[in-house]
Amino acid sequence: MRELIGKPAPDGPDLALTIAIWGGAALVAGSFLALLGDLLWHGAARVSWDFLVMAPEHAGKTGGIGPILASTVAILAVALLAALPLGLATAIWLSNFTRGGSLLARQVNLSLDVLAGVPSIVFGLFGNAFFSVVLGMGFSIAAGGLTLACMILPIFIRSVESGLSAVPDEWRRGAAALGLSQAAALRHILLPAAAPAISAGMMLGIGRALAETAALIFTSGYVDRMPESLLDSGRALAVHIYDLSMNVTGGDQAAYASALVLIVLLLAINSVAQTLTGRFLARRISQP
Amino acid sequence: MTPSLSTASATADTFTLGPLQNGPACCIPTPILSIENLSLHYGDKPALAEVSLDIYRGCITALIGPSGCGKTSFLSALNRLSDLIPGCRVGGRIRFGDADIHDPAIDLQGLRRKIGMIFQKPNPFPLSIRRNLEMPLREHGVDRQDELDEKIRQALTDVGLWDEVHDRLDAPALGLSGGQQQRLCIARAIVLEPEVLLMDEPCSALDPLSSAVVEALIQRLRGRYTVVIVTHNLAQARRIANYAAFFWMREKVGKLVEFGRCQQLFDMPRDDLTAAYIAGISG
Amino acid sequence: MISSPNNISSRWPADQRLAVSLGLAAALVAAILGLVVAFLSKESWPLLRDIELTRFLTDDGWHPTEQSYGMMPMLTATLAASFGALLLAAPLGLASALFCRFYAPPALARSYRRMLGLLAGIPSVVFGFWGLTVLVPLIARWEPPGASLLAAVLILALMVLPTVALTSDTALGAVPANWLHGAAALGLSRRGMLFGVAIPAARRGIFAGILLAAARALGETMAVLMVAGNVVQSPSSLFDPVRTMTANIALEMAYATGDHRASLFVTGLLLTALVLLLVLGTLRNTGEHGHA
Ligand SMILES: Nc1ncnc2c1ncn2[C@@H]1O[C@H](COP(=O)(O)OP(=O)(O)OP(=O)(O)O)[C@@H](O)[C@H]1O
Ligand SMILES: [Mg+2]
Repeated sequence: MRELIGKPAPDGPDLALTIAIWGGAALVAGSFLALLGDLLWHGAARVSWDFLVMAPEHAGKTGGIGPILASTVAILAVALLAALPLGLATAIWLSNFTRGGSLLARQVNLSLDVLAGVPSIVFGLFGNAFFSVVLGMGFSIAAGGLTLACMILPIFIRSVESGLSAVPDEWRRGAAALGLSQAAALRHILLPAAAPAISAGMMLGIGRALAETAALIFTSGYVDRMPESLLDSGRALAVHIYDLSMNVTGGDQAAYASALVLIVLLLAINSVAQTLTGRFLARRISQP
Repeated sequence: MTPSLSTASATADTFTLGPLQNGPACCIPTPILSIENLSLHYGDKPALAEVSLDIYRGCITALIGPSGCGKTSFLSALNRLSDLIPGCRVGGRIRFGDADIHDPAIDLQGLRRKIGMIFQKPNPFPLSIRRNLEMPLREHGVDRQDELDEKIRQALTDVGLWDEVHDRLDAPALGLSGGQQQRLCIARAIVLEPEVLLMDEPCSALDPLSSAVVEALIQRLRGRYTVVIVTHNLAQARRIANYAAFFWMREKVGKLVEFGRCQQLFDMPRDDLTAAYIAGISG
Repeated sequence: MISSPNNISSRWPADQRLAVSLGLAAALVAAILGLVVAFLSKESWPLLRDIELTRFLTDDGWHPTEQSYGMMPMLTATLAASFGALLLAAPLGLASALFCRFYAPPALARSYRRMLGLLAGIPSVVFGFWGLTVLVPLIARWEPPGASLLAAVLILALMVLPTVALTSDTALGAVPANWLHGAAALGLSRRGMLFGVAIPAARRGIFAGILLAAARALGETMAVLMVAGNVVQSPSSLFDPVRTMTANIALEMAYATGDHRASLFVTGLLLTALVLLLVLGTLRNTGEHGHA
């Protein structure tokens, strides 16, 4: 659309605007690069295989992040195990079994829109009151994972829903006209066609869950030992970074290294999500 | 059952559709679908009203009429595909054999299996050619592999695709040409052994050559299946149909103006509107 | 007259069972919001029952162990930090979107968009950490102590900027090309075209992006907690250390009991209410429920 704007007229205000916009963009890009460069510069020195697998020592100042990575993965696994089936079912229901007009459908949509905006610290309060106290899970990987599941449901469901609604209607009609059941149409046609959107939604959810700190402090807790069961407390990587930088003097080096690990993980997940979404779009366009 | 149908099944094992191409015998008028006082609304907007006609077993019935007069709506009421459209309401009575298709106890999937549908735009599933036919069969309870293979071969032969695709059955169906895709869709419908085939402008998205191939195929389906076909191509309707129904908009609602034998409707229309439409001066 | 039922699920028993179980899952999802609100209320109740609501605003200072629950300083800090962040992020975000749509060559626009996406995905704890180690010392050199409202504003601005930019970018992309062509044909200057045609046409989307960014800023915890200094006081200058409501929850939840704990849940309720207003405002503004 750039060409629509034409060549900048040689008058003063237009030139000033051009400069302001390039300047603003440069400022944003500069900040981003400064942040990334700083993490890389300070973090790369510490990251090594040992750092990834060893247990933390001296409150994390030395040693590694082995148990923390294990807890992070465990929390993530609980969150996905809870959110994926529930989210998939809800998205299918929303896009295939209701017309959005029913009371329940409106309730679900409202719930999702609001949940998407609820601050993560509030999820932390809720998770603490509900999972930790009422359900008696205490500070545990299970409580943290379930809290995260509530957080990532909206983003995952919306993703799957958009994937399903992008499936051409001709296929739905074709399947119905052959006397196929809804279940068969879903299994053989709709879900496979929406698979890239489903994976992309899952990746977005994982990204969100990995980045989360506030919701985990009072649910999965701080304990940095290797967890032995889902009812053990486990420290997530993001919580580790927080603890090192705020509560441990001299923890900056380790915090930098942990932050670098987290960012690299997120970048990897982000590119997978991008690729999947891209493939999904390409497929939509290439359909006859 | 009409004599023509038994002829069809008797020859089905050898080459299916051959002997039936040119027999008027198929047109012994036994109704297979009787439509009584059908009306159809989209929300508050009526699209069709007071449509009553019989579809005769083994014959080809052509639906003609200007755009927007409710032909597609009529077809989709017959296999209750209109259920899929939000806000679409159907009134009146449609009898299929002995059953009322709006009977709450009816097996809807079974009904749609017996009344197949072909759409204007070919819509093969994003699966392989083989899976496009195999999946619906399996879903309808055909499990034995040899039986599946035989039915698939038969259906593809019937639509004249077997020679073209038998060596690439596992290639994606979306890689076929438009005409091939449409014939695959017809094969996908007939592999389920329906009694009625509803076709909504099946040739209009195809080039003239593919269109001719599909038209010849429809001709060969006569007798074995009851065909209801929507077409804007009057010459085509005249070439292939035994019966014709002419729809027209009156006060923004689609109505059936005239229904009769094809030859009579085209050569001696009873209604002035029909005459004008066929003469091409309507408007 | 017989009407066909207007539902897609048919009489196939398997389909009916499927519809029911999927419906149950959906009901469970709908119940989550109810559960969240119910538990926040339940935990707040012991306190809400005993004291006047207005005391949360009028009490002198935040000394929850001495039954003094004045949230005003923290509310002010929250609003000031969010507002300041939006003041920076809205123009910069819009500039970024205009840059992507109208100024950058396509390849650069693509990478820039990609970068915004990555920026949006960076964890708040990493922003906080970077602010703590880089930004706070910089500010401290200028005006100690460094950990301050200003630091919070800057970090929050950087965090919510991608939200504004990406939403505005989408909204600008949806402006029909022929409107812009029309403007070009009228001989409008580039400035006239952007401010006279493109931005007004996309204003709903841009506004929605700003509201979403506001919700994100209000609810942000970790980044602010790490750079704002966490002193409970109404800020009198940008360089004063402040404590936001979210940071307060994170700081005190670890040891709070009884009414003190309840007061933190009241804070949570208040935050949720604020965000709810913004979300409903956004939905209203974009006029879409998207899924109806
Ligand atoms: N899903 C729908 N929702 C609302 N109105 C519809 C819908 N489908 C069709 N209509 C309306 O119903 C009327 C009949 O449409 P229909 O598609 O049945 O006509 P048609 O005879 O098949 O036309 P064509 O020859 O162009 O295919 C039209 O006025 C159309 O606008
Ligand atoms: Mg039509």
